[in-house]
Amino acid sequence: MTHLLLAAGNTAVSTPSVSYHALAPIFIVLGAAMLGVLVEAAVPRAERFTVQLMVTIVGLVAALVVVGLLHGTRTTTPSPTGNDAFFAGSLSIDGVGLFLQGTVLALALVAALLVSERSVDVGSPIVASAAVVVGSADDRRLTTADRVQTEVFPLMLFAVSGMLIFPIANNLILMFVALEVLSLPLYLMAGLARRRRLLSQEASLKYFLLGAFASAFFLYGLALLYGYADTVDLPGIFTAQQTSGKSDVLLYTGLALLLVGLLFKASVAPFHNWTVDVYVGAPTPVTAFMASCTKVAAFGAILRVLFVGFSSAEWNWRPVIWAVAIASMVVGAVLGLTQTDIKRILAYSSIAHAGFILVGMVAITKQSTASVMFYVLTYGFTTLAAFGMLMLVRDPDGEATQLARWSGLARKSPVVATVMTVLLLSMAGIPLTSGFTGKFYVFRAAWDTAGPLVVIALLSSAVAAFFYLRIVVMMFFAEPPVDSPTIAIPGWAASVALTVGVVVTIVLGVFPQPVIDLASKASYFTG
Amino acid sequence: MITAHGIQSYAWLLVAIPAASALILLTLGRAADKWGHLLGALVPVGLFVYAVFLFFSVKGQSNRKVDLHMFSWIPVARFRVDAGLLLDPLALVFVLLITGVGSLIHIYAVGYMAHDPGRRRFFGYFNLFVAAMLLLVLADNYLAVYVGWEGVGLASYLLIGYYYTRPSAATAGNKAFFANRVGDVGLSIAIMLMFAYFGTTSFAGVFGHFGHGGNATTGVATAIALMLLLGACGKSGQFPLQTWLPDAMEGPTPVSALIHAATMVTAGVYLIARSAPVFDATSAARTVVTIVGAITLLYGCINGAGQDDLKRVLANSTVSQIGYMFLAVGLGPGVYAIGIVHLLGHGFFKAALFLSAGSVMHAMNDRIDMRRFGGLWRVMPITFFVFVCGYLAIIGFPFATGFWTKDKIIEAAFDKGGTSGYLLGIIALVGAGLTAFYMTRALVMTFLGKRRWEPDVHPHECGPVMWLPMAVLAVLSLVGGWLLIFGGGVQEWLTPSVGPSVEAGVHTVSKPVLTAITLVVVALGIAGAWVAFGTRTIPEEQPQNVTVVTRASRRNLYADAFNEAVLMRPGQWFSRALVFFDNRGVDGVVNGLSASFGGGSSRFRRLQSGFVRSYALSMLGGTVAVIAVLLAVRFQ
Repeated sequence: MTHLLLAAGNTAVSTPSVSYHALAPIFIVLGAAMLGVLVEAAVPRAERFTVQLMVTIVGLVAALVVVGLLHGTRTTTPSPTGNDAFFAGSLSIDGVGLFLQGTVLALALVAALLVSERSVDVGSPIVASAAVVVGSADDRRLTTADRVQTEVFPLMLFAVSGMLIFPIANNLILMFVALEVLSLPLYLMAGLARRRRLLSQEASLKYFLLGAFASAFFLYGLALLYGYADTVDLPGIFTAQQTSGKSDVLLYTGLALLLVGLLFKASVAPFHNWTVDVYVGAPTPVTAFMASCTKVAAFGAILRVLFVGFSSAEWNWRPVIWAVAIASMVVGAVLGLTQTDIKRILAYSSIAHAGFILVGMVAITKQSTASVMFYVLTYGFTTLAAFGMLMLVRDPDGEATQLARWSGLARKSPVVATVMTVLLLSMAGIPLTSGFTGKFYVFRAAWDTAGPLVVIALLSSAVAAFFYLRIVVMMFFAEPPVDSPTIAIPGWAASVALTVGVVVTIVLGVFPQPVIDLASKASYFTG
Repeated sequence: MITAHGIQSYAWLLVAIPAASALILLTLGRAADKWGHLLGALVPVGLFVYAVFLFFSVKGQSNRKVDLHMFSWIPVARFRVDAGLLLDPLALVFVLLITGVGSLIHIYAVGYMAHDPGRRRFFGYFNLFVAAMLLLVLADNYLAVYVGWEGVGLASYLLIGYYYTRPSAATAGNKAFFANRVGDVGLSIAIMLMFAYFGTTSFAGVFGHFGHGGNATTGVATAIALMLLLGACGKSGQFPLQTWLPDAMEGPTPVSALIHAATMVTAGVYLIARSAPVFDATSAARTVVTIVGAITLLYGCINGAGQDDLKRVLANSTVSQIGYMFLAVGLGPGVYAIGIVHLLGHGFFKAALFLSAGSVMHAMNDRIDMRRFGGLWRVMPITFFVFVCGYLAIIGFPFATGFWTKDKIIEAAFDKGGTSGYLLGIIALVGAGLTAFYMTRALVMTFLGKRRWEPDVHPHECGPVMWLPMAVLAVLSLVGGWLLIFGGGVQEWLTPSVGPSVEAGVHTVSKPVLTAITLVVVALGIAGAWVAFGTRTIPEEQPQNVTVVTRASRRNLYADAFNEAVLMRPGQWFSRALVFFDNRGVDGVVNGLSASFGGGSSRFRRLQSGFVRSYALSMLGGTVAVIAVLLAVRFQ
């Protein structure tokens, strides 16, 4: 023992220097999450909700502010001070990373407000006690009691911290950890729906099983890449492609498996099957959170893997991106056509949008990086607000998501119908909404290298426009059902969240230039 | 070109004030009913006072082209359009005409519209027109001209259809709109051509490519000029887009006087005179302008002779008088100014004629059929006097306005020389005779002879708020022409804008001889009309056994029938065919496509079974595919 210690002393272990300020957003969110756990234990039940909400909001806002202060940073951390310091340079704080972190934080803030909504349903959309057996007497009591549970806030913050690490991880081990940190809370949160408990639990389990399956692919891919490059750092893998004498089968099988793990998170076809079931089963605010924030983080990770680690293999992975982009767009657009449930339609729409985002990744240019970042931002806000709107139209037993129930809604509530119309038009990519500008920049970035793909994307967005517009037509031109659903008046939190979503959707449609400039300025990688 | 200073820098108010007033009148609604007409009438008066000061301010300097830059309007890459005003002699005479005659007609309208419940709305539209018209003549680039051009078109449309509950008025509004659209397309194509060839639409920029040191080819000049001409024909009611103008008389009479006689319809003449450098560069386009003018002036005269509706007579006379102006500006360098002078004179006497026609209408319970007038001179002496002044001016009675202005055009037509000069001159001369004929007919049928009134009318003279403006215009009709022509005043003044006014040294027909011939022709016209209508009883119903010419004249020389048969019917067939094709062809494809998508969708949604095992299987399949694709691409 002594011998070992002495030996360690002799080789002078070098301590890597960590630039803590560059990691401050992650620390703040993680700290807030820990604080949330303590609050859960220490604060009396009566005040717990308010305190948890405050901790969440303050944490997210503080992290967002710090991200803003960090703008223009180009650093990798921990910095390598020794020859073989582990994890040296495994996190890169650069424009792309900061932009995506900021986007995740802003979207999470809005999602947190939606989660905290308590006016539309007794209690909240989140079940008070998720472990109660469905159908038991306790379960029946829960549906009427206004007890709420607040663990969802720390869970959400943990997920957000994973999402903050995911797009800046330069090291595949760290990327895997981040993937799990963001996924595990989501598996739980998917099972927390207050209504339709069985569906929610089923969704949670499905998500977990398939997520574990995808993680296995990711890990196996990681192992193969390590075998090829002797390192799990993306820059190292990049260098190895020029120098390594090992078989390319290792490299490309590894990349394929790695991509499968990431594409699964981004709900890209053919790894999309979970999306619809989980989006429908999860509590609506959680669905909104997943559809917006997870997508941002996942595409951030895909961007980094492809553009940093495999930028010289562009010609080899481009056909795969083509194929999955087309599959996603076609699956999303065509299967969305015959859906009769608005939540399902939005889920298919998110699959189609994943395909549109991938269109922006076929060429490694600054412009395409910027266009992808801009797209995830616009889509995030729109989809958040769209899912949020679903909470407002209610039947006695919960949200009325059947398309037929929404017919003639404009007569009952012109405001809800109009807001929903704006959001749907944005998803369809109609000009003067952010959906149009987002699509425009992505397609323009891809046009030179992948003209036919852009044409396919345009055609599938035309097909997808049908089901968005069908909802609009139903709301404005159909007769309302006899027992039309009630329109809940949202509380302040949800009102703010929905307003922000709609305003961003319109402003980025009419006046997108500042944000586009920001995205182009931020489209650089380090590492 | 110098920069505006002093009171010139406020010239933008000429557009802003009437626009603001129109906005107030049209948005305040009934709250402004009590005082709306006063505001509406005050605006042009105030503008006129300012315009007079502006006129003297510009007159006082040696360089009479003042540029007032306002703001950068369209700064898109290479395409830059600045919003600016050009205060030059041509613009200023138009400003004075629009605000001066406009003020008189606005004041008249206060009385004329007194019993109309929509008087505020009327004045709102009227001020909107003034704003748009002033923008049209003050703009320093074609794009801004286009804005004003569309603005006056809109105001005209709204005012023609002012009595929108009357189907004929609504139809007339639409007709005017359609005819104007055809012209507007011409103007917009001209602007696009300018941008395509010169990269600019400003007057200075475009004209720089013409004349000495210019690089524009004759072909470009001809193309732009012809498109400008098409625009001008639409707005000014010239052949072949003339048929809307007589129908436009469905609007209230002050509208006919201001918009469809004195100002807006002369915008086409303005456009051609303004584009003088372009037209100077292409004799082909100038020839087309003269032909259009000649055809239209005869067309107007012949039509005017067959109408029983007093306002329609006057409208056709407007068509014909603008034909004279087109003829003048088409004759090209040296004659532009004469066309503008006739335009100004015409503004005076035609306004006088219309206002007195309005006064008659007012007295006759809004009836306008001349067959039921007659003998009105005794009960409406002032109106009669004003009408006679306008009458003398338009027929070119010695020393009245038309004598100075119109005869100069006839003279210039003969001076063009060659066969074409003689042809145009003779047409202009015949037109003068016909003008005398139909105007005499109108005068006789309305004011002289026996009373043929319908039993329920009790005509009376109008109040001073109406006859005072009429009297001013009557005086201007008598002496205005002489004032304009005196010492070549206006012609010289316009030199910086349209070039010097050149009168041929040697006339084809010497001046006194031509004047004598013209007077004889006019006298023949008067005599003919007197024999036909003054000495016989005028039937109260339109006689049906009439000559072919009269019948054709009553039907506008079959221009409407022609348009209907050649343009409207094929258009209808074409659109019906398109609808058929759309329903069967396009919709069939679309529906088939959507049905196939829907079918595919229902088939594939079964894949979404809900079973984790099948999801995992599909993921596995996807993974294998991704690996296969990557390796296949790598090792192909």
